[in-house]
Amino acid sequence: MRELIDSEGVSRGLRRVAGQIVERQRGAEGLVLIGVRRGGEPLAREIARWVRELEGHDVPVGSVDITLYRDDAATALPNPRIGPSQVPCALEGKRVVLVDDVVFTGRTIRAAIDALMDYGRPERIELAALVDRGGRELPIQPDYVVLRTEVGPRDRIDVVERPGGMVALICPAGSPSTPPKP
Amino acid sequence: MTDSRLRHLTSVRDLDRAAALRILDTAEAFLEVTRRPVRKVPTLRGKTIINAFFEASTRTRTSFELAGKRLGADVVNIGGSASSTSKGETLRDTVATLDAMHADVIVVRHSASGAADYIKGRTRAAIVNGGDGMHEHPTQALLDAFTIRRHVGRLEGLTVAICGDIQHSRVARSNALLLPLLGAKVRLAGPQTLLPHDAAALGAETFTRLEPALEGADVVMMLRIQQERLGSALLPTLREYARTFGLNRARLGLAKPNAIVMHPGPMNRGVEINDDVADGERSVITAQVESGVAVRMAVLYLCATEPGQPIGSE
Repeated sequence: MRELIDSEGVSRGLRRVAGQIVERQRGAEGLVLIGVRRGGEPLAREIARWVRELEGHDVPVGSVDITLYRDDAATALPNPRIGPSQVPCALEGKRVVLVDDVVFTGRTIRAAIDALMDYGRPERIELAALVDRGGRELPIQPDYVVLRTEVGPRDRIDVVERPGGMVALICPAGSPSTPPKP
Repeated sequence: MTDSRLRHLTSVRDLDRAAALRILDTAEAFLEVTRRPVRKVPTLRGKTIINAFFEASTRTRTSFELAGKRLGADVVNIGGSASSTSKGETLRDTVATLDAMHADVIVVRHSASGAADYIKGRTRAAIVNGGDGMHEHPTQALLDAFTIRRHVGRLEGLTVAICGDIQHSRVARSNALLLPLLGAKVRLAGPQTLLPHDAAALGAETFTRLEPALEGADVVMMLRIQQERLGSALLPTLREYARTFGLNRARLGLAKPNAIVMHPGPMNRGVEINDDVADGERSVITAQVESGVAVRMAVLYLCATEPGQPIGSE
């Protein structure tokens, strides 16, 4: 296991992403940040903090659980645990930025987009991620990324909270997981 | 049972505490789904659920049907006077037919106690009991537990008074099994003739008068008086029953000040329950109906996503 991004790097990276999000539409009008449960939740909150710093006002932050929308929902995991989705406002006409920790095959994001659509019709959906590790199986690309890297297909990237802040770890295939805190 | 997995649900006895809690927790997520602008998820797309209701039911069948549809499954209802059962087909042959149609889940309601267990193992489908005779109605007990937990905040340490025709009630039986598993204490109250002789075996305290059963209760659950039993030796008249066992505001005063009132429906107003409590601020009777869809979504989801067993392995 080694550190891919240290807490300083995560913090700077998310501030840069917040700046880019505001830049793209010249402001935070109609912006809603939705973290993909559970890894994306703390990142979405952190980006919202930076947006408030830049723009001087709060943006709604929520989360979406994709268990019920997985393309292998009916066969994959026996009895997976479904977490609550918390969408803070109607998404009709809103600019939604989905936030996830690691983008890999793209299947999670596909599921998250489907889930969001069931809360209304956003004007647009964009995607922000801490790490883009390649290996896409669907035509989905993040709009904002802190780090792009290529890792082995069986290696795992864990984003975990440490006393000094969040860090991204790269774990070789088969090593025990370090799950994010609930 | 390992990992609190759920393959079939024919009896509350299929559940341990962890499995029961898992259903309730999963139902919380589905309750949120049923309140969204789009009340449907694609989770069971391509799965087939057959509601085989050989006994009349509107509420439970509709609830299971909506639950299946909101999970994205194909739902087919069979039963009633138009079914092949009325043409003399045996239950066993009906099940073989449904199995050949590749049903993933069969929800069965039948007037014979034990019908759901009989079907289990005669098909590859998962079996969910939607009420069998005087035996069990496990999803009703689960939705009751779910409703209590949401309204009172917990189940641990509560006293639940179940009142009325206990003897013939599968709802009472399933609740008397489930609620103690989740830490609640159950009291069963009814006329002597409508109390089961095995009530003690269920581990519940029994009462032949309503008042002492209500005293200090956190939850009061009234059961429908089954009119078809009237005139028999079991129950002399409705009026007498209403006078001695009907729940009204004065009697509810014996329970805890914030006690909730439940009824599995359909209600006989003015018999087991008066309008003033049925429509009162402590009634959670319509909340039970909403819980029912969420809890059945959880049960269908958990059963349908467990890998199937070959026939005869049960």
